[in-house]
This record gives sequence, C-alpha cells and structure tokens, in this order.
Amino acid sequence: MNIDLLTVDAARTAVLEKQTTAADLVDAFYAKIEADDPAIGAYLTLCKDRAYQQAERIDEMADRGDPLPPLAGVPIAVKDVFTTKGVRTTAGSKILENFIAPYDATVVARLEDAGAIVLGKTNCDEFAMGSSNENSGFRPVHNPHDHSRVPGGSSGGSAAAVAAGMAAASLGSDTGGSIRQPAAFCGVVGLMPTYGRVSRYGLIAFASSLDHVGPFGRTVKDVAIMLQQIAGRDPLDSTSAEVPVPNYLEHVGQPVTGLKIGMPKEYFGEGLDPEVWTAVEAALHELAKAGCKIVPISLPHTAYAIPTYYVVATAEASSNLARYDGVRYGLRAEGKTLAEMYRRTRDAGFGAEVKRRIMLGTYVLSAGYYDAYYLKAQRVRCLLAKDFDDAFAAVDVIVTPTTPTPAFKLGEKADDPLAMYLADIFTVTADLVGIPGISIPCGKSKDGLPIGLQILGKHFDEPTVLRVAHATEHALAVTLN
Amino acid sequence: MVTEKDVSYVAELAHLELTDEERVRMLRDLNSILGYIDRLNQLDTSNAEPMAQVANRYGSGAETNAMRPDEPRPSLPHDEALQNAPVSDGTFFKVPKVIER
Repeated sequence: MNIDLLTVDAARTAVLEKQTTAADLVDAFYAKIEADDPAIGAYLTLCKDRAYQQAERIDEMADRGDPLPPLAGVPIAVKDVFTTKGVRTTAGSKILENFIAPYDATVVARLEDAGAIVLGKTNCDEFAMGSSNENSGFRPVHNPHDHSRVPGGSSGGSAAAVAAGMAAASLGSDTGGSIRQPAAFCGVVGLMPTYGRVSRYGLIAFASSLDHVGPFGRTVKDVAIMLQQIAGRDPLDSTSAEVPVPNYLEHVGQPVTGLKIGMPKEYFGEGLDPEVWTAVEAALHELAKAGCKIVPISLPHTAYAIPTYYVVATAEASSNLARYDGVRYGLRAEGKTLAEMYRRTRDAGFGAEVKRRIMLGTYVLSAGYYDAYYLKAQRVRCLLAKDFDDAFAAVDVIVTPTTPTPAFKLGEKADDPLAMYLADIFTVTADLVGIPGISIPCGKSKDGLPIGLQILGKHFDEPTVLRVAHATEHALAVTLN
Repeated sequence: MVTEKDVSYVAELAHLELTDEERVRMLRDLNSILGYIDRLNQLDTSNAEPMAQVANRYGSGAETNAMRPDEPRPSLPHDEALQNAPVSDGTFFKVPKVIER
C-alpha cells in the first residue's frame, strides 16, 4: 500500500477493512524512514519493539473480529519531550542523552490505548527552546520541502516526519509557537489546544504556564481525530481542566456561514512577506465567499508579546531546569564538591540557547530585577489577555498569518537570538493567553515553500477553530507536499 | 546594562560555570535581549493585575487549587527510581560529600 500521503483516517480504514495489517503498515513506515530520514533528521530514536508489539495487538484484535479502537494501526511519531516508558527520552538535550523514562506520558498512553502505533521519538530544539530545530543537542532537522531550510521549531522533527510521510500524524508541544510555526514551515496542520485541554503529565517541562500539547496531521480532520483521543481531564495533571470534551469531528465539515472572522491589523503590517500576505488574503477571500464576515480588529498590545514571553518563559524555565543537577538522572560530570559537580554537569549538558534562557530567567527573577522585569511582564500579559477578551466580544475567530515569512535557511538566524525570537511573533500571544490556535497550509511561495494560516479561537472553542480550518482547507483545496 | 559582574553572579545562582568565551557572548546576548524587553516600560500597567496563570481567565474549574484525597497510593518503585541515577549504591543516590569541606 502506498503510504506517502496516508492520513490517520485512511490508515485506520485500511486496517479496519483488512486492506492491510498494522504490521505491514509499520514495515512500510520503517522502510520509508530508513530510506529518507538520513537526509532529514526527523527522528532521534526509533522504538521498533514497542511498535511491532502494538501492531501485533491490533492485528490480533482484527483477526478475532474484535471492534477496533479509533486509531487502530495508525503510525505516529512523538516529540522527544514526552516520556515513553523503557524508551530513551532526551528532550533534544545531551543532559538526557541516555535517559530511559520510567513511565509514559498520559498523551502517549491515551493514543496507544486508542490503537495508535508509536514509531519513534522526534528531534526537537533542546528542551523545546527554539524556532528552527538548530538547537537540538544531536543534529538539525532539514525541511522536507527544501533541505537547505529549517523545518521550524521547536517541534521540527514532528512536523517534518508528517510532511515527509514518515508518520501519519505526530505529537508536539507548543510554548511560544512550537507546533504552529513548524506546521506552517513544513506545510502540515498543527493544532495547539486551549491551555488545560490536554494533559501534560509526562511532558518534560519548559515553561509551565505556557506549555501546551497538541497534534500534527496532514488534514484538519486528522488533528481533530487526534485531539479527540488526547483531550480531557487527567488526575495526574492538576492543570488539566474539568471541561467536558465535545465531539470534535461533528464540527468538522459544518458550514461557516455567518461566522465573524477578526483580521487584526497588527499582524498585517511591516515585516510581513508579500507572498505570505497574498496567500493569507486569498484564504480570507475564500472564507468571505463561504459566508463569513471579515471584521477588521485591533490587538493593540501585539508588539509587546515577544518581550513579555521572553521574561515569563525564561523565568519559568530557569526554575524548571534546576532539576538537572546530575543527581537523580541524566548526565553527571564529576566535581570535588557538590556545587562544582552541579556546575560542571550543567555546563557540559546544556547547549548555548538553554544556558542563555536559564541565565535570562535567573536574572529577571533575581533580587532587584523581579519587579522591573518579571512582575512587569505579568502585568503586560494581563493586557494581552484583555486584547483578546475585547476582540472575542466582537468576533468568533481571529485569522492571521502563522509566520511573517516562509521557512528560512539553516544558519540564517543561528547567531542572533533576538532575530530567532522574532520568528514566533504571530504565535507567542496565544500561548501567553491560553487560547487555542491552529496552523493550516494556505499556499506556497514561488520557491515552493509552504505558507501557514493561523486561526485563533476562544478558550475551549476548538470546535469553531476546527470548523473554520476545515472550511478553509476545503475551499483552498491545498495539495499537500 | 548587564555587567560582567552580573553575569558571574547570575551564573552562580543558576549553577552554571561558563567558559570565558561563553561569558563574553552571554554579556552581549543578555544586553541585546534585555534592551528589547525594556520596551515593556513604554506601557502603563498600573491598572493591570499580574497574570501568572491563564486558568483564572475562564471558568474551567482550574482557578482554584485542585485537591485530591490525601490517601496513600503507589509511587514509582525504588529500583525504577534509581534506574537512571548516574551514581547510586543501590539504595541511595550518591553525591560528593556535602557537610565536611
């Protein structure tokens, strides 16, 4: 069976209708990974034993005629920031190079319970800190559409794996745009659900008030199918919300007539690549044709989102990453005293960007600077939230470009952290405010690089986000890959 | 302005040593990033409450502390907890001597 453009939906149907077996699917995907991944670098670890065991379980169920679970036989990839029991889990960091997780992340367990097959763990920026995947402690990832360009980050491996047909779907995490930005660069669909919608138990923490878990897929329907399985309260994550989980698929394909689409002027100004602008405008035109009302809006504090983010995220990261001290797990460098052992371990194990963020976060939390930076940023975060409260009083969803430009070249921003941070200018605000957002492909540049459209919704209103995303996808009939 | 002294002080707080080369670069990068962050001071935030969490922005039930019954339940078995320890004696994690200097 040709797996090149295999969707979650088609994989499941093929297994259900006995056109193939789960084991054959796994064979086909590993063959593809072995052939194509050396040039891309999407995977850090393959977990073949685990994948074939799961395939066997699914195939036995199919042979017995048991009802098959909703993701039966669907081959997926998991960003290496999610713990997988008995499988190496590195977070893209040398400090966890040999870490074998002793338990499964809730989202991994839920997807496997639903029949999905985890093929392996995907490359990412170290501790999910980055926008290009160049901060991986192991190797960079190449964009499947142009190997000289980055796949985006930090979930670059998960986006590239789906774009290159090396997984039907994947899991990522989004703290400042790490699902949506690589989805845009790689031409796939990436969904960041509402803060609290999906459990983070087993997600290696970066910035706890901002970390979100979400799926990548080839289609809007596929990410809706994935979200259905991972959404909902988890007693093991106290930040997961007690909010009922709707049937997302019921909303995919519903008409969008009469919906009000906000178009924030701050996202369509200086610095926006003209080709991105044209593609996004075409998508908005399609939505208008489908009966949506396009409403010009303002999110006046947009320009303050990146500076706010780099205070809040680094402050939280400096605290979360204190646990890597060479005592309980991970790398250990010897030292004569305990303090020397800590320092040498962390010096040897962390890469440049992680050290930079730990330093920045420690600085903004340190005596004398806490009020000026950390408290100030928290207050601005409140203003950003109010921007969205006001906007959503008038519109149902907000549509923007996902990124100001298509994928940039490897090395292009590697020496300028600030330039790299600005790659997330259109995505960070949703993380700070906790609202859901999706990126869908909306066209290509003349060089053949994918362009992403971002749709932001109200808290827990994934149904409307998915509905608008699907309508746009359908209208544009974008050919993926 | 962040100074070399600040870099040393913060590195100590963060349990990082940093090479001389890293310190030079850190000084440059921190000043560049903090210079950008300074634009937050253009905003009057006197009427904005500090927002550490998003959960209180919506009625998810997560705006109050989530409590569970205080009952014993299984935790990670001892051997599994030690499985990733860089140095252990089979019972405890081992670290360089802390008390005597």
